[in-house]
Amino acid sequence: MTHYLLRRLLAMPFLLLGVVTMAFLLGNFVKGDPLASLLTDRQMDNPMVVAAVKARWGLDKPIPQRYAIYIRNLAQGDLGVSFRTKRPVLRDLLDRLPATLELVLCAMTFGSLVGTALGVAAAHWRNRLADHGARLVALIGSSVPVFWSGLIALYVFSVQFSWLPGPGRLDPALRPPETVTGFYTIDALIAGDWVIFQNALAHLVLPSVMLGWAVLGIISRMVRATMLDVMQEDYIITAKAKGAGTLRVLLRHALRNAMVPALTIIGFSFAYLITGAILTETVFSWPGVGSYAVDAARSLDHPAIIGVTIVGALAFLLANLLTDIAYVFANPRIRLE
Amino acid sequence: MINAHRLRLSTAIFKGAALPVTLGLAVIALWVFTMLTIPLWPLDAPLDMVGRRLQPPSAAHWFGTDALGRDVLSRTLHGAQFSIPIAIVVVFAAVIIGGALGAISGFFGGLIGAAIMRLVDVTLAFPPILLAMAVAASLGPGLENAAIAMVVVWWPLYARLVRAQVLEVREREHVEAAVAAGAGPMRVLCLHILPLCWTPVLVNATMDFGQVVLLAASLSFIGLGATPPTPEWGAMIADGAKHFYHWWIAFGPGMAIFAVVVGFNFVGDGLRDLLDPRTE
Repeated sequence: MTHYLLRRLLAMPFLLLGVVTMAFLLGNFVKGDPLASLLTDRQMDNPMVVAAVKARWGLDKPIPQRYAIYIRNLAQGDLGVSFRTKRPVLRDLLDRLPATLELVLCAMTFGSLVGTALGVAAAHWRNRLADHGARLVALIGSSVPVFWSGLIALYVFSVQFSWLPGPGRLDPALRPPETVTGFYTIDALIAGDWVIFQNALAHLVLPSVMLGWAVLGIISRMVRATMLDVMQEDYIITAKAKGAGTLRVLLRHALRNAMVPALTIIGFSFAYLITGAILTETVFSWPGVGSYAVDAARSLDHPAIIGVTIVGALAFLLANLLTDIAYVFANPRIRLE
Repeated sequence: MINAHRLRLSTAIFKGAALPVTLGLAVIALWVFTMLTIPLWPLDAPLDMVGRRLQPPSAAHWFGTDALGRDVLSRTLHGAQFSIPIAIVVVFAAVIIGGALGAISGFFGGLIGAAIMRLVDVTLAFPPILLAMAVAASLGPGLENAAIAMVVVWWPLYARLVRAQVLEVREREHVEAAVAAGAGPMRVLCLHILPLCWTPVLVNATMDFGQVVLLAASLSFIGLGATPPTPEWGAMIADGAKHFYHWWIAFGPGMAIFAVVVGFNFVGDGLRDLLDPRTE
């Protein structure tokens, strides 16, 4: 167990180096000219700016040396300056991270709760109507483009029925709460502002449901499969024989044990969540990292795109590692070589 | 073994046991038919202004008209000409490149094999859409560049899959027999090992067609794939997002993506149940 984790941990620095190297190569092959990834066309006409940037990133030096400078800059948290916002990419990303985290956490909560419920129901009524229904709901979620379902949901619930607010994190008339955590809901509670809390929460509903729906499928599928396995175990038969109610057997005896293998979905669904968050944020004008990435890509803001890619890969690697660790600790039976 | 699979698949389809597979195949066949025959259909030209702007669905324009007065139904159906070929090209390129590298890595191993797998590890360390965005952005907008970006994202999955298969099949007795009979390494790999690796590749490729259609549409939606006025589904939905109160602009292309992706998911799901004995 420790051996396996140790190997994973040891591989991390090498993977990171690989990620950074790939990002370096990407940045250097933009239009065949690395300057194009650091400067806008207008700035390129200004010899002073060009000289300054060349010196800072060592563009007048040979590739190996340039690579070393790049790594040194990265190690100091220098991801370059965005063309669009004219601010350091890292600062932009840190400013926008809480919005994305708040959305992703809400979506994950929705996806896991509903996904688990669907999975348990599907396993209990295997091959019956509930099973097929659960499969259909999950299938729609994973087959519908989230940038389209979000649009439709906004149109139906916000424009047609006015049940829920439109895009954004808050109504334009409201001012964001004072930043403590960066989560509007929590900050509003800290500030004791009930109106803002309600508004922020209402704004979270549609994007989190649409984003959570996309991961619902893999979660319910996993829970269903592990539940079916667990339901075969002797202790379930024992529990039933002792007269435990159906719900008690399902939730107390089966689900608890089924949840351990289902833990892997945290890391697994993270890839879907990142993909989904990027598109969901765009549709809902959510001022997070995802819409930042899209804005950057749309305006070919190369330092920002490459910065987001590096940070995204970092988050992705970390999530996978944490999943492995959680999995190993949650299930002491696992003894991987 | 291969024939047994084929037999089970076809009998299952005829018996109606695999209803989703049949349904999925029918949907895909319809789209392929549409893609091939679309120039012959009595539709409005997808790039021309054929009516008033932003009209809701009517008898003349079933899916309404967009901001430039173009017929949304015609544009949606013409979209098949972009999304389906792209998915085919990307999946085939990923299977061939990834499969070849995975087979080399699994069969020959050594330093090159290890290097290939480290490259796979690093590529898979990126969230797929972010890597595709970064590659597409550094190549510049355009459908071809989006396709290249998607191949960059997708080949490592097949490299891993084929490598694992090759490692497993390599140990079987018939391979040993072939080696003992004097077959060279390329012959053993191509004739005795790879033919037994196709099942999981086929299942994954089927599922991936749908995923590639989704990712291609996502890239176009972002603005990195198809450029206007191409009637590509993702780009059309981006158009619809700009004219938010006119829901019909995005409705057609969204349904089209959904239909294609569901079709491939159904077929992939059914194929997995039929071909992969572990899930039975």
